[in-house]
Amino acid sequence: MAEVSVRKVVKEYEGGVQAVKGIDLDIADHEFVVLVGPSGCGKSTTLRMIAGLEEITSGEIWIGGDVVNDVPPRDRDIAMVFQNYALYPHMSVFDNMAFGLKLRKFPKDEIKRRVDDAARILDIVPLLDRKPRALSGGQRQRVAMGRAIVRNPKVFLFDEPLSNLDAKLRVQMRTEIKKVHQAIPTTTVYVTHDQIEAMTLADRVVVMNGGVIEQVGTPQQLYHNPATRFVAGFIGSPAMNFLPCRVQDGANGGLAVRITDSIIVPIPPARADRYGAYKGKEMVLGIRPEHLFEHHDQGKPGWTRVDLPVDVVEPMGMETMVHFFVDGSPVCARIDPATHAAPGEMLPLTADLNQMHLMLPDTGRVV
Amino acid sequence: MADGTNVPVGGLAAASPKGRKTAMQKFAQRRSTTGFLLCLPLILLVACFVVYPAFYAIYLSMLNKKMTAFVGLGNFQFLLKRHTFQLVIFQSCLFAITAVVLKALLGFTLAHLMHNIPGKNQKIWRGLLLVPWVIPLALSTLTWWWMFDPSYSAFNWVLNQFGFANVPWLGVGWIARFCTIAVNVWYGTPFFMIMYLAALKSVPEQLYEASAIDGANAVQKLFFVTLPMMRNIISITVLFSLITTFADFDIVRILTAGGPQDMTHVFATYAFQVGIQSGDIPLGAADSLFMFPILAFAAFFVLRGVTKRTKEIAA
Ligand SMILES: Nc1ncnc2c1ncn2[C@@H]1O[C@H](COP(=O)(O)OP(=O)(O)OP(=O)(O)O)[C@@H](O)[C@H]1O
Ligand SMILES: [Mg+2]
Repeated sequence: MAEVSVRKVVKEYEGGVQAVKGIDLDIADHEFVVLVGPSGCGKSTTLRMIAGLEEITSGEIWIGGDVVNDVPPRDRDIAMVFQNYALYPHMSVFDNMAFGLKLRKFPKDEIKRRVDDAARILDIVPLLDRKPRALSGGQRQRVAMGRAIVRNPKVFLFDEPLSNLDAKLRVQMRTEIKKVHQAIPTTTVYVTHDQIEAMTLADRVVVMNGGVIEQVGTPQQLYHNPATRFVAGFIGSPAMNFLPCRVQDGANGGLAVRITDSIIVPIPPARADRYGAYKGKEMVLGIRPEHLFEHHDQGKPGWTRVDLPVDVVEPMGMETMVHFFVDGSPVCARIDPATHAAPGEMLPLTADLNQMHLMLPDTGRVV
Repeated sequence: MADGTNVPVGGLAAASPKGRKTAMQKFAQRRSTTGFLLCLPLILLVACFVVYPAFYAIYLSMLNKKMTAFVGLGNFQFLLKRHTFQLVIFQSCLFAITAVVLKALLGFTLAHLMHNIPGKNQKIWRGLLLVPWVIPLALSTLTWWWMFDPSYSAFNWVLNQFGFANVPWLGVGWIARFCTIAVNVWYGTPFFMIMYLAALKSVPEQLYEASAIDGANAVQKLFFVTLPMMRNIISITVLFSLITTFADFDIVRILTAGGPQDMTHVFATYAFQVGIQSGDIPLGAADSLFMFPILAFAAFFVLRGVTKRTKEIAA
């Protein structure tokens, strides 16, 4: 068990591609950290540098209080689960799991005890004699995790371990991984491009984009206080709505956001100080679909009525998604399925502006 | 395929007056018949050039020298008692096994070196190293023969430059054996290299990464990942090479013609000498038939292992 630190780490591949552009990250002992971001943002590269599979161009990586820049993977005391499992096809499940212990010259009975324990935790005891070929995807996944667990390493590294599984199994294995971490709270770095996986598993989520870290925080922090437009759009499903707007004077000496000539919404007084400096500026308004719902007669402070022309209605059972176009920008609202909505008609909605975000159009920084 | 066209063609033929043709057409359109007909040229070829000669050789091997009387296994008994033939058995095995082991080791080493040469350069080196394999063996062996020449040739000239005496390369038993093996290794290594290189490239990179994290060093990766993953290719390549090396004729024939004192003869060259040059065709046939059980035995075990492992590994 150990903490991991990444200090100003840069990775430049041959040919000048900068995959990671100087990132800083501190991971506490026992913590479960998820790296999430779109394809090609440098998540795997970061993980592989922690593992020692990829050389670091500059910067430092610390594991358990030591700089490990020049330590080969086998001496870093880490375990890794790969996307396509990377099980040894010529070894039985038992041997796959025991391999690392055998190489480290553990006594036979100790190896057996540890493999049996891990197999029990992962529910793969009946599979121990099989070859990987004779396993299903989910079972291979468990074996790959077993191989990591038996070593009892300082750090677990996962690179999109669930992306080869079907949707149902993915949810099941996600729970499984969480359970294992609760039982064996080893420091974990987990890479995924699935934001739901990130939110459900992580103690802290690291959102990466284009080789840099956009934001680090708990799932709640990322959801409620995204630091950038990228994070705001990446976390949450369906994604946040973004509308170009202008901050201007509103009624009663307050501030308002003008989206179109006919749609001008007041900014809640609590936000007035924050947004005062941007009066008269072009901004982007961000609001999540779940904060845009059917109109209620008794509003709360910060709730505002807006009427929008319905474009598409998608009933999902427990809720209904309604899509609109506002001045060319798509907008999605999440309404009660009992509410009547039909394409072409105007739908009265409530916007919960306590949950609004304003960001700069050029840098995307949330103000 | 044939089934789809069956109905319309059959219908047309049925309308024609010749009923027999319809039956013929139906017969021709049956899938298995088509398959058989397509394979027929090959089957005929194999029958003409493999099966017939093989049985004819067995028949011949049981005749006397003048091919007038049936002697049963007499030729085989005669051969086994003969000192020269005992030498031939020993030498064939020595030649084949040593050459194949050396080729396998050298090929493996070269393949590894090759595998680690980056990009474009790899292709150039690979091409250069394949040269021995693509030159007609008889020609290159002739060149080697010149180089081994005791008085006027390259090797001895080099030795002389360094102040060593001439070596009678092909004139002394064990040295001549060594030379024939060396030429065979020179010729056959590229084949091993190219097979192993292909096998190396097919080992998933992630297995090496996983084993690096599991704690394996370079040697352990070689023994626990590379070699097990390549076992099938190694077996098949070794088997294939064992067969061709066992049956080698060109090298020994051109370099030493079996000499000195029959100390480099192998089955094929001895069969040629006894059967063609000395005119005892039945004895030559008997000699070459000795190769068969040895190779069949090797093939059985190697292929059995390959099938078993393929079933296990193929994911
Ligand atoms: N070996 C390499 N040589 C050159 N460029 C590379 C190499 N590996 C990755 N890259 C580049 O580095 C960037 C980051 O790659 P990385 O694999 O870390 O992305 P990722 O975030 O894991 O994406 P994904 O979700 O698709 O796995 C990409 O632009 C990729 O093209
Ligand atoms: Mg990746």
